[in-house]
Amino acid sequence: MVRRRSWTIRFGALALMAALAPPAAAEEIGDAERGAEIWLKCSSCHAIGPEAEHKTGPHLNELFGRRAASFEAFKYSKAMRRAGADGLTWERETLEIYIENPKSLVSKTTMRFRGVKDPGDRADLIAFLRIYSANPRDIPESAPTALPTDPDVAPEILAIKGDAAYGEYLSSECKTCHLADGADEGIPSIVGWRAEDFVIAMQAYKVKARPHPVMQMMAGRLSDEEIAGLAAYFEGVEE
Amino acid sequence: MTINVTRRGFIGVAAGATAALSAPSVLGAARPKVVVIGGGAGGATAARYLAKDSDGAIDVTLIEPSRAYYTCFFSNLYIGGFRDYASIGHSYGTLVSEYGINVVHDWATGVDRDAKTVALAGGGAAPYDALVVSPGIDFVDDALPGWDLSAQNKMPHAFKAGSQTQLLKAQIEAMPEGGTYVMIAPPNPYRCPPGPYERVSMVAHVLKEKNPTAKILIFDPKEKFSKMALFQEGWETHYAGMVDWVGGAFGAVEEVRPDDMEVVVDGEVVKADVCNAIPKMKAGQIAASAGLVNEAGWAPIMPGTMQSAMDEAIYVLGDATQNGDMPKSGYSANSQAKVAAMAISGALTGSRVFPAKYSNTCWSLIATEDGVKVGASYEAGEDKIAKVDGFISQTGEDAALRKQTYEESLGWYAGITSDMFG
Repeated sequence: MVRRRSWTIRFGALALMAALAPPAAAEEIGDAERGAEIWLKCSSCHAIGPEAEHKTGPHLNELFGRRAASFEAFKYSKAMRRAGADGLTWERETLEIYIENPKSLVSKTTMRFRGVKDPGDRADLIAFLRIYSANPRDIPESAPTALPTDPDVAPEILAIKGDAAYGEYLSSECKTCHLADGADEGIPSIVGWRAEDFVIAMQAYKVKARPHPVMQMMAGRLSDEEIAGLAAYFEGVEE
Repeated sequence: MTINVTRRGFIGVAAGATAALSAPSVLGAARPKVVVIGGGAGGATAARYLAKDSDGAIDVTLIEPSRAYYTCFFSNLYIGGFRDYASIGHSYGTLVSEYGINVVHDWATGVDRDAKTVALAGGGAAPYDALVVSPGIDFVDDALPGWDLSAQNKMPHAFKAGSQTQLLKAQIEAMPEGGTYVMIAPPNPYRCPPGPYERVSMVAHVLKEKNPTAKILIFDPKEKFSKMALFQEGWETHYAGMVDWVGGAFGAVEEVRPDDMEVVVDGEVVKADVCNAIPKMKAGQIAASAGLVNEAGWAPIMPGTMQSAMDEAIYVLGDATQNGDMPKSGYSANSQAKVAAMAISGALTGSRVFPAKYSNTCWSLIATEDGVKVGASYEAGEDKIAKVDGFISQTGEDAALRKQTYEESLGWYAGITSDMFG
């Protein structure tokens, strides 16, 4: 049934193509090349790159994911050591706050720096710093290099009429793990669900009300229209 | 449902093909041709989705030398005794019978990009409108001094699954009591970032039962590796005192001597009973022959479609690519294949094209029912495929969660192999 529908759509496709918006490109954290210029403000006290060593401040290689005050060989301020012990870890979000105004995160930090006030400058500087930490290509768990494109949030989520053809395309991602034939071992079956149940489950993962990390990630990047599309498609697949 | 829906799908293919032929203004007289080089996670998936989603409107040829494909993913579980060899082998029969794909068991030896043909070792050439190149990896000559392909039976890499995997397993099982297994881990980037360390876990699992005084030495040019804290915790918990990881500058191997089973590292000669040498990697040879690789030896792609940066009629998938943030994994290749198949169908038949979405998850087994995972989602950026979100198993998780993660990996294996081979 679903197959026939997608076939029908194909004949209208040439007309549709023109109407389709170009795919949104993922937005990288910032412009690292511009960030390299802003870095000059930092480089009198910090080193980064091959063979970087501690100076007045610690070197900033492998910064992302690093716990604050974690080099034994560097003499941190008491305030920074306390922040590290409390769990402060350098990620895009914490760097954003710290670089804007260091004292907002670590009140008695000895880093004498007024902060970078312009959000664009901060993003570019963070993108520059990001280059010198592990690459997700080699270490998949390392920090993201881009921000997800914002999914649209519709007011009446359950009322959205799903586009089953779009859902069929999106479903290829589900089928890497969930067997298309409805097998239910290790990974649950998702075919033949009522569309409403499907949407409710996916929305629960999206807001992380359900615990599974893979599903939280998958649902988290789907817009409400995309979830509706998947629900419409999977409802039409018979077990 | 497999049987029923695929049957229905098959009838649908026939009906669709008829409809296509009766609509020459859309599709022209001849069906567009797509040739796929390589029948692994990238190539088999792309071939299947092209045939399936075009309802037969695209003529798909898959070129793959092996008649039986052994998955590199889960081959470590075979080494560890958790899977038998047959369970990681797959045939191309369903792709032929159910999807009408023309599977050619031959080597692609070159690509004539002007004439748009692929030369075959057995003679003849396959013409294409769009070409998918998914050749996996090869090893860089002389990157590990003393090792070349002629040494692979003495010091196996076992990073292409099949006879190499069987050989390594046999060597491990034949190790003398209290012997030494040496792994030479590869530099970045390489196929399957957690793979070498899952392998060490599986080797340790075997040795703990059969040869508990044996030692495992890992020489690694890298300072850190994927799931490092998880593996190190697992080695300490399950295989205390057996595994010794030497990383960074001290782990850089200077030379191997396969005839003497010796490894020279940091000026010292280490004797190995088994040496699992995994040299520096590059894109599978055909990608270089076709002029699709850069100076680093990998094939750059356009992030929205997986088209080669060198030739827009060619799509490169999987381990052979330089794509940005996606790791070289079977899951990544499978994910990229679906984006490419959609883009190709759109270009050749005018079918709908949606924004590219990519994802990856790598499961690893550390010990019996002790599974961990790392995953991320990716989007097409301006210049690269960029990571936007991700997750990783945590150290200190309880046994029930680790068991569930392992069972999930079994489900995933069934899912992805069915997604590849039908």
